[in-house]
Amino acid sequence: MKNNFKYTAFIVLLLLVTYFVFVFLISSKTINNYYQGILMLIMINVMLAVSLNLVTGFLGQLTLGHAGFMAIGAYVSALFTKVSELPDILSFVIALILAGIAAAAAGIIIGIPALRLKGDYIAILTLSAGEIIRGLIIYFDEYTGGSRGMKMIPAYSNFSNVFWIMIITIFVIYSIIHSRHGRAVIAIREDEIAAESVGINIVNYKLFAFCISAFFAGVAGALFAHYNTLLDPNNFDYNYSIEMLIMVVFGGMGSLTGSIVAALGLTALPQILSDFSNYRMLLYSILLIIIMLFKPSGLFGTHEFSIMAIGGLFKGKKSKTKKRGDL
Amino acid sequence: MNFIQQLINGLSIGSVYALVALGYTMVYGIVKLINFAHGDIIMVGSYIVLFSMKSAGFPFWISILGAFTLCAILGVVIERVAYKPLRQAPRISALITAIGVSILIQNVFMLSFKPDPRPFPNVIDGNFGIGSINVSYTTALTIGISVLLMILLQLIVKKTKVGKAMRAVSEDEGAASLMGINVNRTISITFAIGSGLAAVGGALYSAAYPLVDPFMGAMFGLKAFVAAVIGGIGSIPGAILGGLIMGIAESMTKAYISSQLTDIIVFGILIVVLLVKPSGIMGKNVKEKV
Repeated sequence: MKNNFKYTAFIVLLLLVTYFVFVFLISSKTINNYYQGILMLIMINVMLAVSLNLVTGFLGQLTLGHAGFMAIGAYVSALFTKVSELPDILSFVIALILAGIAAAAAGIIIGIPALRLKGDYIAILTLSAGEIIRGLIIYFDEYTGGSRGMKMIPAYSNFSNVFWIMIITIFVIYSIIHSRHGRAVIAIREDEIAAESVGINIVNYKLFAFCISAFFAGVAGALFAHYNTLLDPNNFDYNYSIEMLIMVVFGGMGSLTGSIVAALGLTALPQILSDFSNYRMLLYSILLIIIMLFKPSGLFGTHEFSIMAIGGLFKGKKSKTKKRGDL
Repeated sequence: MNFIQQLINGLSIGSVYALVALGYTMVYGIVKLINFAHGDIIMVGSYIVLFSMKSAGFPFWISILGAFTLCAILGVVIERVAYKPLRQAPRISALITAIGVSILIQNVFMLSFKPDPRPFPNVIDGNFGIGSINVSYTTALTIGISVLLMILLQLIVKKTKVGKAMRAVSEDEGAASLMGINVNRTISITFAIGSGLAAVGGALYSAAYPLVDPFMGAMFGLKAFVAAVIGGIGSIPGAILGGLIMGIAESMTKAYISSQLTDIIVFGILIVVLLVKPSGIMGKNVKEKV
C-alpha cells in the first residue's frame, strides 16, 4: 500500500515535470509552431488510440468507425463554440462535454444493432456508420460547410488543456480497466460464453465500453477542431479509422502504454521523415500482416511498460511490480 | 418510363454487386472471415483488363478470361500466405490481417501505377430500344454475363463433387476432413472462384463507369459486402438478392432523391435489415455451440 502511494506520487511528479518542461520549451520558443503542431497531433492521437484500445484491445471487438465518432465530436463542438456567447473557457468546456455526449449517443445508436451481432458484423457496421456520419456531414452543408469544410472555428485548444485532457482520458480508461467493470470487459474478450455464464451482462458491458470509447473519441475530435480551426469531412474517413487501428495493433491490443507509445511514434515518424510518407501505408500494411501472423496480440501484447521496472533495473534488483494491477 | 429505365440501370449495377457479393459470401461461409481484400481484387481485375485491352490489344472476352485466371491465382496466394496460418487464431487477428492485405494491394498499385484515375477503354458502343426504353449494350452485356455466371456457380455448388465438398466444409470442417475431403484444397478453390468472380465484376463495373484507380475497390467492395450481409451471409441466392436490392436502391436514390445520399441510404438499409433480421433476408440463424 505504501509502495502504491509512493508510486502514484512518482507518476504525478513525473507528469508535472514533463508538463513544465514542455511549457518552458514552448514559451522559450525552443519548440516552434511547427513542432508544437506535431505535439498537439500526437496528444490527440494518443487519446484516440487509447480510447479505441478499450474496445478493440480490451473488449476484443474490431471497430472501424472511430474517425466517425471523432467527427461528431469535432462538428458538434465547433457548431457550439461558433454561436456561443459565453466566455471562452466556459464555452470550450461545455463544447468538450457536448462533443463527448454527442459521440457517446451516436455510439449507443450504432452499438445497439451492432453489438447484438457477432464479432465480424461489428466491423462492417461501424465502418458503415463512419461513412454515414461523413455522408451526413457533407449533406447538411448549410450548417457544416459540407465538403468545402467548416472554417473560422475559435482556436481554444492549446498545449496545456490538451495535455491535461489527455492525462484525464488515460487515467479514466486505466481506472475503468482496473475496476470490476474492466475485468468484466476483459472476461468478454477472453470467452463470451463463459463470461455470460458467470452472470456478466454481455450486451450492457459491450455498450458501456463502446460508449466510453466513443465519448473520448468525441472529446479528441473537439480538441482537434479547436486546434485546427478548420474541419474537412474527408479528414475523418475510413483511412483515419484504419490508422488508429494500426496504432492500437502496433502498440499491443490490451496495452494502454503500448497505444501511447505507438501513437507517439506513428504520428511523429512521418512528420520527421517526409520522404517516407509515400511508402508509409505500404510499410504499415506489411508490418500489420507480419505482426498478426507471428504475434497476434500486437507488438507489445498486453504488456504494460512500467517505470518502476526501469527503476528496478537501475537498482539492479527485481522489480516488484509484476502484478497486473500496477502500471 | 423513366422508372423502368432506372430499374434497368439498377439491375445492371446490382448484378455486378451480386457477382462480388458471391465471393464474399462463399469465403465467409467456408472460413468465417470477412475478406477485406476482396474489394481490391475487383480493382486488380479492372487493371488487368485495362492493360490487356490497351497495351496488349486483346479483345474484351480474352481480357476478362485473363483477369479471371490471374485474380483466381492472386486470391489463392493471399489465402495461403495470409489467412491459412490464422485459421485457428482469434477472429480479430484474421480480420486485421485482411485489412492489412487490402491496404497492401492498394498501395502496391498506387505506387506502381500512380493514384490518378485512368480511363477504361470502350467495350461496346450503342444501345437498342425496347418500346420507348433505351438499353445500352454495356448494360445488357453486364446483366447477361452476371446471370450466366450465377447460373454456372449454382450448378457448380449444387451438382458437382467440388461443390458438395464446399458445402460440407462450410457446414463442419472437422467432419468434412474425416470424410476424406481435402479441406485446404476446397478452401483454395473457393477463394479462386470468389476472386475470379470479383475480377469479372470489376471489369463489368469499369465498363459501366469507365475510370480505374487504385482505391476504387474499397468502397465498391464494402457495398458488395453489405449486399451479402443484407441477403444473408453464407447464402448464394441471398447474395444475388442482396446485390440486386443494393443496385436498385442506389439507382433509385440517385434518380429520385439525391446522389449525395446514396451511400447513406445503402448503409441505412444494412442497419435496418440487421435490426429486423440479424441473419439477413435469406440467412439461417445459427445457434452458437460451446
